Amino acid sequence: MHDRSLKQLSAALARREISSVELTRLFLARCEKARALNAFVSLDPERSLAQARAADARIAAGTGGPLTGIPIAHKDIFLARGWRATCGSRMLADFVAPYDAHVIERFDAAGCVVLGKTNMDEFAMGSSNENSHFGPVKNPWDGARVPGGSSGGSAAAVAARIAPAATGTDTGGSIRQPAALTGICGLKPTYGVVSRYGMVAYASSLDQGGPMAKSAEDLALLTNVMAGHDARDSTSLERPAEDYARELERPLSGLRIGVCREHFGAGLAGEVGAAVEAAIAGLERLGARRVEIELPNNRLSLPAYYVIAPAEASSNLSRYDGVRYGYRAKEYADLLDMYRKTRAQGFGAEVKRRILIGTYVLSHGYYDAYYLKAQKVRRLIARDYAEAFRACDVIAGPTTPGVAFAIGAKASDPVQMYLSDIYTVPVNLAGLPALSIPCGAGEAGLPVGLHLVGDYFSEARLLGIAHRYQQASDWHLRAPEGGR
Amino acid sequence: MRLSPEEVQQIAMLARLEIGDAEAPALQSQLSDILSMIGEMQKVNTDGIEPMAHARDVTLRLRADEVSEPDRRDAYQSVAPRVESGLYLVPKVIE
Repeated sequence: MHDRSLKQLSAALARREISSVELTRLFLARCEKARALNAFVSLDPERSLAQARAADARIAAGTGGPLTGIPIAHKDIFLARGWRATCGSRMLADFVAPYDAHVIERFDAAGCVVLGKTNMDEFAMGSSNENSHFGPVKNPWDGARVPGGSSGGSAAAVAARIAPAATGTDTGGSIRQPAALTGICGLKPTYGVVSRYGMVAYASSLDQGGPMAKSAEDLALLTNVMAGHDARDSTSLERPAEDYARELERPLSGLRIGVCREHFGAGLAGEVGAAVEAAIAGLERLGARRVEIELPNNRLSLPAYYVIAPAEASSNLSRYDGVRYGYRAKEYADLLDMYRKTRAQGFGAEVKRRILIGTYVLSHGYYDAYYLKAQKVRRLIARDYAEAFRACDVIAGPTTPGVAFAIGAKASDPVQMYLSDIYTVPVNLAGLPALSIPCGAGEAGLPVGLHLVGDYFSEARLLGIAHRYQQASDWHLRAPEGGR
Repeated sequence: MRLSPEEVQQIAMLARLEIGDAEAPALQSQLSDILSMIGEMQKVNTDGIEPMAHARDVTLRLRADEVSEPDRRDAYQSVAPRVESGLYLVPKVIE
């Protein structure tokens, strides 16, 4: 039961093979058994089971939808009323959400159960989940390795089959990179497709919520729930509702796959490159055609990102001052001292680094040299994609330069850590949709991710390409020990 | 790009962060490394390029100036560190 697709679970619920309460209990028991992974920050069986009972009533009354009764794990960045929303930080360790995020409202309306809140890098800043106040998450494929980040808990939970599916957020790769490192699928939609309301802010011009699941088909069903206009997010797009599963069966004949040489250059692990090349060849066998493309400014993505994201973070995180919510230092001399001690004690090392970088690049005399420059570079990066999409329909490459690395391996060298997002970051700068699906095994048999980037609003097409690939391969069906 | 210890402390003050003597040296070198990495972008010519402030060049919506939110002050203040009579308490600011 725990390894079934969302469609299969939905069918099992519909024909009363299992109830939502039983299904929720089954996954809660699996979460309990897998505590060593540290994938969850909060589990609240009573609360989850109450939702499951309501879902069972809906199913009995015949008013359920496609996902009614299915438990979903949510990244602890989403506010769910009555649940803690820690965002992986000491600052919010005791913060109980007084309202629901739009994404949570949507899952609630769909009749889904909140299975629990998943561990993450503090304020979504990190690529290994080692920056959590609640300790690192372990990769289910190898407990000595990281699951990636920042949505590391969600990725580990889906990979270990202790949650049927999960939500994540992606500012520079935080859905796709952990999906790649744990052998699951993750979609970052076009910026503005999923509302940011009730999603704790990191870098608002880049943050985007999205689904994490075992297959492209599951991603499509989850996106159908998550996407949609919300007036409370000023950047939420007003577009007609669409069915993200509508292109799942579309053949790949005639599809032009763009491949950028630079994505296969120095820094890429040989086995990762080989697995991704094999996946592209697989897509060609399904009828797609390969074209060479260039993204000359892609190499400037990390510099631009590490100006823009910290700048926005330093502004967004100024709200944590010990006054209105969250942690407050126990002892202080005056108001200024209270601010400084509260923030020094409430934030972890990586969050402090990004706040300091952001403060610096926005400070008097440096604004033009850093922030304005980065915004111009951002434009160049976005233009490269626009040019590339004249010649191709989708861009394929590796999601990450290597497989999951050892816990502690990059913890003391921030710049080395940043490099693990080198292929994912430019996509956020441009605001494009992209997904990662498992496509092979690298060093020590660890999962490798195939990164597919599409033009604005091409989610359904991307999901269709991924689905056709998964119909012809079985990488997405492989699970770590204990997950099978 | 190397930051001096004084610059690190000055940025920390602007950011309202207290930096202890123990963490200052490592922070100084890590921030300098990050700024060196960022410095790479100075090599590209961006003359005449329009800055891109957002992921999509969309115009923000306007809405009617009407009350849309209910009063939920009690719920929102229930998560505050210190509250009294509906007011947030902070250390004395004016002597």
